Amino acid sequence: MTTLGKTAGGLFWMFRYLERSENLARLIEAGLRISLTRGGAAGEEWRSIITTAGLGAAYEETGGDYAAPQVVNFLLRDRSHGCSVLCMIENARDNGRVVRTAITREVWEATNECCIMARRMLARPVREADLPDILAAIRRHSALVRGALHGTMLRNDIYNFARLGTFLERADNSARILDVKYYLLLPSIAHVGSLMDNNQWETVLRSLSALHSFRWLNPGDPKPIDIARFLILDGRFPRSIIFCIRKMHENLHWLEREYGDRLVSQDLARQVLDQIEQASIERIFEGGLHEFLQTFMIGNRQLAEQIERDYRFTG
Amino acid sequence: MAGDKSFFDEMFDEAGVPRHPFRSYHRWFADQEPAKLLKKAAEAEDLFRKTGITFAVYGQEDAEERLIPFDIVPRIISASEWTRLSRGIEQRVRAINAFLHDIYHRQEIVRAGRLPEHMVSRNTAFLDRMIGFTPPGGVYSHIIGVDLVRTGPDEFYALEDNARTPSGVSYMLENRETMMSMFPELFSQIKIRQVSDYPKRLRRSLSASAPRKCEGDPVLAVLTPGSFNSAYFEHAFLADQMGAELVEGHDLQIVDGRVAMRTTQGYRPVDVIYRRLDDDYLDPLTFRPDSVLGVPGIMDIYMAGGVTIANAPGSGIADDKAIYSYIPDIVRFYMGEEPLLRNVPTWRCSEPDSLAYVLDNLSELVVKEVHGSGGYGMLVGPAASKRELAAFAAKLKQRPENYIAQPTLALSTVPILTKKGLAPRHVDLRPFVLVSPDRVEITPGGLTRVALKKGSLVVNSSQGGGTKDSWVLED
Repeated sequence: MTTLGKTAGGLFWMFRYLERSENLARLIEAGLRISLTRGGAAGEEWRSIITTAGLGAAYEETGGDYAAPQVVNFLLRDRSHGCSVLCMIENARDNGRVVRTAITREVWEATNECCIMARRMLARPVREADLPDILAAIRRHSALVRGALHGTMLRNDIYNFARLGTFLERADNSARILDVKYYLLLPSIAHVGSLMDNNQWETVLRSLSALHSFRWLNPGDPKPIDIARFLILDGRFPRSIIFCIRKMHENLHWLEREYGDRLVSQDLARQVLDQIEQASIERIFEGGLHEFLQTFMIGNRQLAEQIERDYRFTG
Repeated sequence: MAGDKSFFDEMFDEAGVPRHPFRSYHRWFADQEPAKLLKKAAEAEDLFRKTGITFAVYGQEDAEERLIPFDIVPRIISASEWTRLSRGIEQRVRAINAFLHDIYHRQEIVRAGRLPEHMVSRNTAFLDRMIGFTPPGGVYSHIIGVDLVRTGPDEFYALEDNARTPSGVSYMLENRETMMSMFPELFSQIKIRQVSDYPKRLRRSLSASAPRKCEGDPVLAVLTPGSFNSAYFEHAFLADQMGAELVEGHDLQIVDGRVAMRTTQGYRPVDVIYRRLDDDYLDPLTFRPDSVLGVPGIMDIYMAGGVTIANAPGSGIADDKAIYSYIPDIVRFYMGEEPLLRNVPTWRCSEPDSLAYVLDNLSELVVKEVHGSGGYGMLVGPAASKRELAAFAAKLKQRPENYIAQPTLALSTVPILTKKGLAPRHVDLRPFVLVSPDRVEITPGGLTRVALKKGSLVVNSSQGGGTKDSWVLED
């Protein structure tokens, strides 16, 4: 069987949307934690979450203040801006319908059930009391889709397109979160060895489900430079930038082997990977963390566009 | 528990005793707790929703996908009934294909005076482009769904011949899967003929009609109007089950004299296209220039033997509701036999005498649009209000040639499960027929559609109908 360009594109986007919905849910979870533990700082946190999601202008338009109920409903279920968790999950399902013949029944049903769940739980404005359950359900259903993908799909081009979408989106998300919070890490650079505000760094790690792993590797008091190194350069952590770009490089390599054709996107991925593998956290801080992240995000976006061209997603 | 005496109930006779084909099932049914069965019925709905077997209803803005209601009481057909029925269906389907070949070639049936010339030349489903052309393997209508209704123990009528793009086969298959997973014990107790090899047969049947330019194993594709089409689930389902690509018009392009699909590695030729798209949309160069669903130039490639289109363009003339009334003659003409299936008496409103009769008896007749389908635009006289009748009469007078009328048939009933137990509802049956150059295959059973509203005779899913699993018993 050959794979249609449209199908490859549909898979790529299906898994981008799924990853994005999961990432946004995780951000909301981190924000919720702050508003529960440090009421006063919550407004600032919600603001930065909305910025990370790229929805600053859309939220300003609603005139809502930066308080949990408004922000949470805006991010979870608002259909007007098209980027809520609900919209993302619906987009993933729509793409799943388009590529229905390329995925297994298990993957399709897990995706469909994820959407049925989201539509049901997000049908009405969410009450604070229900929020933990809803966020847990989103996390669980994403895991079910991922599990079905791992357990039932052939390891062929189709699988690689799905994984490319996942890691492209995940790398972008990790970079964004770091970029929005880079100022938290920066001031402390001047005084090497200084400690950060505990809650602040915890939130960064929480929003990437990294808290446990980071503590496992760094039992003492957290230093900003260690956090940045962990999230950018630690190849063991599955949401670090280097982990994601290595995976993408690998997926593109499998495509090259399967199709017997080396394409521009493979070279591009190699370049991005080389830059990161040769980097050290000290040099990244020297050149500016923000600049580094911006360069990475642009490169990541160009890679996505090149993949789209190389594999004829649209024409 | 017997149904209304004026209708034939397939499960119970007049004395309320289960008829022969239903006996084993009824014994099982009598042992079940009604509450548990109702719970199972609700579970079935969840199963369908989970699988995503949904359809969109046109003209509804909130286009949430709907489920077609499923009733868990099967419709059961005996082996001998099925043998008789399938003979009648095969005869009809062979005649239809012979008719299509004839009207696009010598038109012997017109020359013989058995079909008026204007029925062909003035028919919008007739495609001039197909004149003198013979499709690969000589097959016009590869996939046909003949709608049957029953009015008595031995009285079956063919109500419609869906010779263009009949839908519903995915429901036939999924209904069976659902029943088997909910009531496995029934399938070990009762010997029921399998339907699950339909996709395999469809693949073989389509492959057998590969075009001249096909090299090696034919590459098959299902051409869908897209994921917003009401039957998209079925398109994806069939492509998936038979190992075909699921393509839309914009995935296809003419490359080197072949129809080719855009793959991740460039354009690759497609040999057989099972299109779920009307003729009008197939090729903007030949038909509707505004169509974005089709493939510009596909008709030229078709004519040059570069691709097979199933069903062949122009097949629609055979299931035209005005042609329908000539089907008995068509069977006699091409098969040299008496038709085995009955045809419903049909008044062609284009004929002044018929029109007058129809207008006089409107409240007793069913009136249909010649080119309509899905139960849209039809009038069921006995169920219509005075106002509806008057409005329809006006439409009839304005464009009589657009309508045919038939007596209201006393459709048979099969019980459905309601909160109050079994209750008879009217049904029809759509068996699915595959035609390849060397054989005609009929899947035992088909799709039973059931009018869920008490007394209703309209079984279409777009009008609130549901479906049932349809069993054909082994000998």
